[in-house]
Amino acid sequence: MDKIFRVNLSDLTCKVEEVPAEYATLGGRALTSTIVAAEVPPTCHPLGPNNKLVFAPGMLSGTAAANSGRMSAGAKSPLTGTIKESNAGGTTAQQFAKMGIKAMIIEGMPKDDKWLRLHVTMDGVTFEDASDLVGKQNFDVIDAMNEKFDKKIGVMTIGRPGEERLLSANISVKDPDQKIRSHGRGGLGAVMGSKKIKCITVDATGAGKVEIKDTEKFRAAAKVFAKGMLDHPVTGEGLPTYGTNVLINILNEAGGLPTKNFKYGQCEHHDKVSGETMHDTIAGRPNGHTKHGCHAGCIIQCSQVYVDDKGEYITSGFEYETVWGLGINCLIEDLDDCARIDNAMDNIGIDSIEGAVLIAVAMEAGVIPWGDGKETLRVMNEEIGKCTPLGRILGNGTGSVGAAYGLTRVPVVKNQGIPAYDPRSVKGIGITYATTTMGADHTAGYTIATNILKVGGFVDPLTKEGQVELSRNLQIATTAVDSTGMCIFVAFPALDIPEVLPALVDMIAARFGVEMSVDDFVGMGAKILKMEKAFNTAAGFTAEDDRLPEFFELEPIPPHNAVWDFSPAEIDEVWNF
Amino acid sequence: MKITVKLFAGFRDNRFKMAEQDYPEATTVGDILSSLNIERPELGVALINGRHVLPEHVMVDGQTLSLFPKVGGG
Repeated sequence: MDKIFRVNLSDLTCKVEEVPAEYATLGGRALTSTIVAAEVPPTCHPLGPNNKLVFAPGMLSGTAAANSGRMSAGAKSPLTGTIKESNAGGTTAQQFAKMGIKAMIIEGMPKDDKWLRLHVTMDGVTFEDASDLVGKQNFDVIDAMNEKFDKKIGVMTIGRPGEERLLSANISVKDPDQKIRSHGRGGLGAVMGSKKIKCITVDATGAGKVEIKDTEKFRAAAKVFAKGMLDHPVTGEGLPTYGTNVLINILNEAGGLPTKNFKYGQCEHHDKVSGETMHDTIAGRPNGHTKHGCHAGCIIQCSQVYVDDKGEYITSGFEYETVWGLGINCLIEDLDDCARIDNAMDNIGIDSIEGAVLIAVAMEAGVIPWGDGKETLRVMNEEIGKCTPLGRILGNGTGSVGAAYGLTRVPVVKNQGIPAYDPRSVKGIGITYATTTMGADHTAGYTIATNILKVGGFVDPLTKEGQVELSRNLQIATTAVDSTGMCIFVAFPALDIPEVLPALVDMIAARFGVEMSVDDFVGMGAKILKMEKAFNTAAGFTAEDDRLPEFFELEPIPPHNAVWDFSPAEIDEVWNF
Repeated sequence: MKITVKLFAGFRDNRFKMAEQDYPEATTVGDILSSLNIERPELGVALINGRHVLPEHVMVDGQTLSLFPKVGGG
């Protein structure tokens, strides 16, 4: 029987609650956003006692469904001030699901200054002294927990920037290889730090199997679904071979690769850090792995283990957005330098998108020379990682750096850094950045699929026509998919192969023993998206917040010399559903 | 006429990264794919000057054609 763990830090209790009927078929983003919307006052201070941090595995997490091992974390974001859901791979989603933990709600604030480790077991949560872990960065915390328990222990942790409540702080999750995946965006690590939780350990001893109401239906649908993943060229071949970084060259050719803090749309040295180069680099070194999964049961394997020329581990989960941010937008041409900075961001526990975008603004400000990978690595470890005064200005995000240095080319929406696709030359993604409930977030409605990659049809990236509808439909569908525990890359086959989405919905219906159509599933996405929007409105956001920074209208970006040219009324049409 | 062809991702396997090649007048993108033994369904995206083009597109002397298999990420 699934249950909800309600962890109250004010009186250090954990109540094990029954799952309300209306939450029974929810999971992931649908559940974290529903709980945050129901229980968190929208106007509360995100770092104050009224905010809550909610973890929920996806609807299908812990089952045999391929690619379903992602955990959602939700709260009011201290970076954006909006509702936030950030999902990650690792091991905890499957642990929670198999332990029957539908959600863990962390509320209140400890009365004293003592740092805590929450220890989650089948019976509930205990409150352990974490004073020996304070000041440690993430890999040391993971090592200490592996030593204290064993390698099977699930770990969610924050580094020093999280302890100090810097707004780029993430929540790091141990992956099956004892490395790190991240609830990256929106500063959820600062929320965890505000509640004095250094680390959460998960002991799944006694966990059973996730209950499936209709096993035959589930098995049949799971087979169709997995076949779709393997048959589609993006998930079956492109992603496993080159990783997400395959996008560097295609965005460069299309003129949508933001370069030198969004000044240009193409970068001369693009091939030095491209996915093709990264593949050849890893394949040519001892101990390198070009394929790697972020959770058990992933059949796409888009991650990798990146090593140096002697075969020593540098990083894993080295994503396009991070490589773009460092290698292109900061002009750091050495891929090994970029990999070391990525690893440093994992270790200190900051979002590697926000971290890379803010460094480019710091370079524009003259804090770090353009292209200086060694100095960037030092700044990560010694300034942001140690929360020096400069580190705090930087570690509070892209908007903070721009404000501190009086700059106008500050790529943020709702104070969250804009990732790796220029909205002037890929206009659909600009609509997503402007309007998503999450602050600038490419995954919230990934129009790149259709604007650039010709997946799910084609909408010309340089014209305004069709972009609002494209972004709206993808934002609704993504909200639904983010609730399943599925990796968002299942969308590539789902957009092209007609059997995939019905198979996904059939698995959910079979899991819970309910009737569910594709329309019901998408309708759930629309309902949750509107609920998130209503939370933001109640928190004080208006249509005027759904805008891109002015510089996108004023500065044409080569090679297409495109500007952002949507009127406010055109943008607001996204919400007409 | 001279056409520069740039290949990406798996299209580079056993072919090349970039090559300037001679083609007859009125050559289409599809003709170039055939000359490279790339089947139409393998093509993800073809770009000229940062704009998407279809296999029917007729090439002009001096143009650069960038060819990608079906790839994605994000």
